[in-house]
Amino acid sequence: MHLRHLSVVDFRSYTSAELPLEPGVTTLVGLNGQGKTNLVEAIGYLASLSSHRVATDAPLVRFGATQAVIRGAVVRDGRETMVELEIAPGRANRARLNRSPLTRPRDVLGSLRTVLFAPEDLALVKGDPADRRRFLDELLVARQPRWAGVRADYDKVLRQRGALLKSAAPVLRRGGRRAARPAHVEGVDTASERESALHTLDVWDSHLAQVGSQLLYARLRLLRDLGPYLGKAYEEVSAGQSDTRVAYRSSLREETAGRIAAGEVPEVGELHDEVLASLAEVRGAEVERGVCLVGPHRDDVVLSLGDLPAKGYASHGESWSFALGLKLAAFQLLRHDLGDDPVLVLDDVFAELDTGRRERLAAMVADCEQVLVTAAVPADVPDTLMGRRYAVTLGSVTEVA
Amino acid sequence: MYEGAVQDLIDELGRLPGVGPKSAQRIAFHLLQADPADVERLAHALTEVKLKVRFCEVCFNVAEADRCRVCLDPRRDLHAICVVEEPKDVVAIERTREFRGRYHVLGGAISPIDGIGPDDLRVRELLTRLGDGTVTEVIIATDPNLEGEATASYLSRMLRDFGLRVTRLASGLPVGGDLEYADEVTLGRAFEGRRLIDV
Ligand SMILES: Nc1ncnc2c1ncn2[C@@H]1O[C@H](COP(=O)(O)OP(=O)(O)OP(=O)(O)O)[C@@H](O)[C@H]1O
Ligand SMILES: [Mg+2]
Ligand SMILES: [Zn+2]
Repeated sequence: MHLRHLSVVDFRSYTSAELPLEPGVTTLVGLNGQGKTNLVEAIGYLASLSSHRVATDAPLVRFGATQAVIRGAVVRDGRETMVELEIAPGRANRARLNRSPLTRPRDVLGSLRTVLFAPEDLALVKGDPADRRRFLDELLVARQPRWAGVRADYDKVLRQRGALLKSAAPVLRRGGRRAARPAHVEGVDTASERESALHTLDVWDSHLAQVGSQLLYARLRLLRDLGPYLGKAYEEVSAGQSDTRVAYRSSLREETAGRIAAGEVPEVGELHDEVLASLAEVRGAEVERGVCLVGPHRDDVVLSLGDLPAKGYASHGESWSFALGLKLAAFQLLRHDLGDDPVLVLDDVFAELDTGRRERLAAMVADCEQVLVTAAVPADVPDTLMGRRYAVTLGSVTEVA
Repeated sequence: MYEGAVQDLIDELGRLPGVGPKSAQRIAFHLLQADPADVERLAHALTEVKLKVRFCEVCFNVAEADRCRVCLDPRRDLHAICVVEEPKDVVAIERTREFRGRYHVLGGAISPIDGIGPDDLRVRELLTRLGDGTVTEVIIATDPNLEGEATASYLSRMLRDFGLRVTRLASGLPVGGDLEYADEVTLGRAFEGRRLIDV
């Protein structure tokens, strides 16, 4: 697929901007802080309903405006779809598809697919587990939009269960003692309070196991499918050498966690039972601390080069290549899965790479249906990749002849 | 901010469910300009509803006497109870004419985030109703969303040892939805297709 047109209103530094696009390569050039990333961020948001730079929506709306609009004309198999989003912090986004409003904004997911690589992605290697979980989960959604619903359900279960642990923990910890009440009332009342708290916790455990096991299963399969593409992409970017490894680190009981780390993908039913069993094992600790200790929200992906973990060991350039490899692998996976190229966005990537890596990256992406590149220094982008060029200056975009 | 009485009205309206600050303001100014007789009627309706309407002592549906219309109706089947979250769900199910038993209104759903646990719902009252063995079937018709499902699982756990047929409305209802918004056909079909809960 490709974008034929992008327009934004009150998005970031733009009052309004129109950007005609076509298949092939388009490069946005401009000095620092002129608004290049803002434009590709809008494209990423249209595809994923989230920004690669910020966790909340407020910074996306132009300072002084109340809402931002992003509109994209997406062409797939010769058919054009108009995707439109209204972002207003403090209330739910509104989405339109071919001008008809959607009841749930997340139903636009899948209309536009992008793989966006930006300097922030270095966090995939150097950052927290949350960064890697997000990468997996967003890729899941890009692959099959229905996972957005599962993710949302899981978050909701976690919030409910977390609230319950916090509020019920004192009751459960007390275990039958309560100072302020007369002795004869105390026993009965606290016991029944305890019992109902325990029953309710059981209920949320079963929901967490049900939704959590699905999410976990999907992540494991995704990782298994991604592995081969990753090895290939990393080798291509770095010209041979080194073997990349990815291992899923699960918060389940040791035995199962070990099998999963070794690359096994248990069936979803087994994962379900394992989540329940692991929850039972940590219940004491959960009640003590008032937090959910088991589930996909506690997991991580361990990335290694050879025998050494990438985090803490890999060089700056190796880390970059690893992160880039992950994104290029995601691109290849989506391409083969869907029989259709996502839009590839490379934000400020070339400046970070040595000449050899620049040339090889340029060669690798040359056959993609659409590539959007940003660069502050045009000379950083290999000539073979320049394509159509726009100059971005102070929030306005003009084509460079 | 407006002066005294106007602002008080806006504040009160703004506390109603589904009414944001802007709507509150709009309604307040609408009332200011409205015919005094209309406003009088609205005020009267508000006072009356608090004076006259209470909750049925059996099922906690809204009622104008000690018991609601359903509980007073001698033709209703005493062997089946349909458990719902709110009185509005009773109205929705009555529209389908599919169910001939009585109801039990919980007064909400389990939602720890909102500080609502089983003890804040009329669960104990339900268990008491089941005590004498008249009821043989309980149909759980909580909303098909996460909180409704959690409430349903909780109830089915509590009812495990009563030797009852416990079923859950489900098929056909859109997940994440609100029972009251389901159309009659869907809701009617959901009744026919109710399934036994395994716990
Ligand atoms: N909500 C907002 N309202 C107004 N201006 C904003 C908003 N958010 C960001 N900006 C401005 O946008 C500019 C950053 O734009 P952007 O990140 O696109 O730069 P860039 O062209 O990618 O620069 P670089 O080459 O440094 O990456 C900053 O000057 C910032 O002040
Ligand atoms: Mg930038
Ligand atoms: Zn009644």
